Amino acid sequence: MEFFKRRREADTQLSRYRDQKFQGSRAEQEDKLLKSSTVYVGNLSFYTSEEQIYELFGKCGDIKRVILGLDRITKTPCGFCFVEFYDREDARNAMRYVKGTRLDDRIVRVDWDTGFEEGRQYGRGKTGGQVRDE
Amino acid sequence: MKFGGEVVEKLTNNFKDYLKSCNWSKASSLIRFFGDLCNCHVISASSLLNLFETLVDVTMEDNIPQARSDFYVYSVLSALPFVGKELNDKNHENLEQLLNNIENYISKRSKTHHTALRVWYSDSPHPQEEYLDCLWAQISKLRSEKWVEKCLSRPYLSLDSVLCEALTHNLPQIQIPPHESSFIYPNPRVIFRLFDYTDCPEDNILPGAHNIERFLIEEHMRWIIDQNYFARKEWYKIDYLNYINKFLFSAIALLSFPGLLKQKIPLEYMVVEVILGELFTLPKSKYLEICYGSLLLELCKLQPSTLPQVLAQAVELLYDRLDSMNVDCIGRFASWFAYHLSNFQFSWDWDGWSTCLTADNLSPKQRFVRETLQRCMRLSYHQRIAEIVPETFQCLLPDLPAPNNKFAEDETGSLSGTPYAQKLLNVLKEKHTPEEALEVLKDIPNPLQESEEEPSYNPLKINVFLTCLLCYLSKSFTHLFAGFAKYQLCLKSLNTSEEAQICILKTMFEVWNSHQQLIILLTKKFLKAGIVQHSAVANWLFSKDMSAELTKSYVWELLHETILQQVKTVEKIEKELEEAKEPKPKSEDGKEAGADGDIPMEEMVEKLEEKLESAQSDQKNLFLIIFQRFIMLLSEHIQSCESQNKSFKNLWFRWMIGRLQQVFFEHQENVFKYVSTLESLLFTPEVDQHILLIFRQFCSLRA
Repeated sequence: MEFFKRRREADTQLSRYRDQKFQGSRAEQEDKLLKSSTVYVGNLSFYTSEEQIYELFGKCGDIKRVILGLDRITKTPCGFCFVEFYDREDARNAMRYVKGTRLDDRIVRVDWDTGFEEGRQYGRGKTGGQVRDE
Repeated sequence: MKFGGEVVEKLTNNFKDYLKSCNWSKASSLIRFFGDLCNCHVISASSLLNLFETLVDVTMEDNIPQARSDFYVYSVLSALPFVGKELNDKNHENLEQLLNNIENYISKRSKTHHTALRVWYSDSPHPQEEYLDCLWAQISKLRSEKWVEKCLSRPYLSLDSVLCEALTHNLPQIQIPPHESSFIYPNPRVIFRLFDYTDCPEDNILPGAHNIERFLIEEHMRWIIDQNYFARKEWYKIDYLNYINKFLFSAIALLSFPGLLKQKIPLEYMVVEVILGELFTLPKSKYLEICYGSLLLELCKLQPSTLPQVLAQAVELLYDRLDSMNVDCIGRFASWFAYHLSNFQFSWDWDGWSTCLTADNLSPKQRFVRETLQRCMRLSYHQRIAEIVPETFQCLLPDLPAPNNKFAEDETGSLSGTPYAQKLLNVLKEKHTPEEALEVLKDIPNPLQESEEEPSYNPLKINVFLTCLLCYLSKSFTHLFAGFAKYQLCLKSLNTSEEAQICILKTMFEVWNSHQQLIILLTKKFLKAGIVQHSAVANWLFSKDMSAELTKSYVWELLHETILQQVKTVEKIEKELEEAKEPKPKSEDGKEAGADGDIPMEEMVEKLEEKLESAQSDQKNLFLIIFQRFIMLLSEHIQSCESQNKSFKNLWFRWMIGRLQQVFFEHQENVFKYVSTLESLLFTPEVDQHILLIFRQFCSLRA
C-alpha cells in the first residue's frame, strides 16, 4: 500500500526547473509550488488561442483563468501561458494527463507554477519573446 | 507456524473493517485472496466454504437492496475461478449446494436497471449482458469444464512439496455487518462487448464472451487502470510497473499467463475493449474522459505498429453501431474521438462515413459527425477543420464563430435601441467607468411599461447593454473576461428579477449563438458572479427560444455545468461550516480566537448554517425545475404526436429521453437525495409510462 501511496504522490513531485526570477527564498518557492493550483504551459504555437487552451485544460477541471504569455515588445503571444484552476486536484489532472500530449500538433509542456503575478505574462528574452527561442 | 495464523487473523480483521466502512472493492479482493490462500494451504477449504456460505446467505436477508446481495454474490463468484477446483476436490457436495443457492438467487433477481445501463439497446451483433448473469454463465461453463481455467498465474504450484506439508488455518466465523440505510453498494453493471474472435487476427484467439479467461483478463486490466490511472506517465519509469507494461503489451506478458503460452490472445483488442468499456460505463465513467483519452494516446505511442490500427477498427465498429447507442455515450464518443484526432493531426478517412450525409438530420450518425467536428474545432480552429474534411462534409461543419450585433447592422434605425447602442459604444471605446455606462442606459424606455404596471426589469436596457458589451469585447477571451470584470457592477444592477436573468441569457445567446464554447464559459462567469441564478439558466434552456437547440449536445453540457456549479456551491459552504465548527486552539489569554476577529464564532456558524440551508434548497429546487421541464416537454411531444396519429417514438424523442436519463445518471449521488420528493411530486403514476420508466430504472440502481 505504501508503494502505491508513493506513486500517487509522484504527480505532486516537482520537476527540476525553478523560475530564477522568483522573489523569495527557495523554500518559499517550493512551498508555493506544492500548494499551487496554477500550471505553466510551454511549447505552445504562437497561434494557439485561449479558446483552445480552455477546451483542452477544461477537460481536467474548472478553469479560473488563462493568462496568455506575450512578447514583451510586440504584445503578441509567444508560446506559453498560465492556467489557473480553482482546485489543486484539477491542476494535478493537467499534470497527469495533458503533459506530453499535443495541442495544435505541438507536444505541450506542463509544469507546476507558483501562481500568476502581474508582469510574468511577458517574455523575458532580449527581443521580447521567450529566452528559449533565442 | 504462528506467523501464518497471525496473518489470517489480521486479514479477517481488515475484511470486517472494509465491510463496515463500505470499502467494497478492497473487501472483494480480500475474498479472492482468501481463495488463493486456500490453494496455498494457508486456509482450510472447509472454513473457506463456510465463509462463502455466510456471504451467500446475505441473499436470504429481508428488506435489503438488491445491490447488497449482488455485491456478496459477485464477490464469491469472482473468487471461484481461483479456488473452485480446490473446493470441488475437497468439498464437492458443499460447493454444489453453494452454487445451487447462487443459481436460485440469480434466477430471482430484478433486472429493471439492465436496459438503462446498456451502451447499445440492440443485442446484435453482441448482447450487452447484465454483469451477474454474465459471470454466472462464465462460472457455469468453468464448472462444466471441471474448474480448469487457462490463464491464472499460480506460482505456488511449483512449491507444492513444501506447501502440502504446511499446517492450514481455519478462518474464524465472520459476522456480516447488517444493512444500514447509509450504506451505498456498488452500482450494477452491464458488460461492454465490442469485439468477438472474428474481429481479431486468425492466430490470436479472443476468448469467448462466456469464457472465464475473458472475465479474468478484463478484471486484471481494470485493476491495473485503477492502480495506475493517477500516474499514467510513470508506467514505464518504475520497475514494478514495467512488469505491468509488459503484461499489457509484449510477448513477456503472455509469460504471466502460463496457460496461454500456446494460445496467443489478442491483447491489444482486449486492452482497447476494456478502456473503451470504462469510458462508456453507465451511469457514469469512473474517471475523467481525458484520463482514458490520454491512456489510449500513451498506448498508441508504446505500440505504434499495432495499437492505432486496433483503435481505428474499434472506432469503425462504434460508428457502425451508433444507431442503437445510448445518447450520453454518443456524446462521450464524439468528445473522446475529437480529442484523439487532435493528437494525430486530425487525419481520418472521413469519406468512409459518407453514409451520414444522406441520413436524417437527427440520426445518431450525422449528429455524431457534427459533434465530432465541433469538438475538433474547439481544440483547433475553424479553417483547419474545414481543410481536413472532404468537400462533401462541409455541410456538417460548425458555423464560423462570430458575434452578432443587431444594432450595428441596423442601418435604417428601425430598432428602438440603436441610438442608445451607438452612444454606449462610444462610452465603452473611451474607456469610461461603469457609472458612466449606466448613465447612458438610464434613459432607455421600458417596452414593458405599456402592458405592465411596474415591470420587474427592462429588456431593452439589458439587450442594448449586453449586446454592445459582448460585441465590443469580442476580440479575445481575455478582453471579454476583463471587460466583464470591469462592468460587473452594471451587469449586477441589471439583474432585478428572474425574468431579467433570463433576458440576460437570451441576449448573450442572440449575440454569440455561433460560439457554443463561449456560451458555456460566459454562463459560468454569470453564475459565479451571481449575475444569474442556476435555476434561471435551467428555465432559459427549456424555454421556447432554445427549443431548436435542445438536440445539440452543448445545451446539455451547459446544463450539467450549471448543476455542477450549484453542487459545488453547496459543498463549499458545507466545508466552511465544518471548519467553523472545529474547536479553535485557545489563544494565550484564554479567549477563543475566532477566524474573523470581530465576529464571534457562534454567530458565524449560525450564518453559515443559514447559508447552507438556502443553498441546499436552491439545489433541490434546481433539480425539481429540470425534471418538471423534462416531463412537460416529453408529455407535450407524446400528446401532440398522438393527436396527429403519429408515433411519438421518433428520433427527437430518443434524444430527449436519453438526456433525461443523463441528468439522473450524471448527478446520481445528489438526485438520490430527492427520490421520495420526486416520486410524490413529479414522477407520479399519471405521467406517461415511457417517461416514468426512466425514473424507475434509475431507482433500481439502488433498489
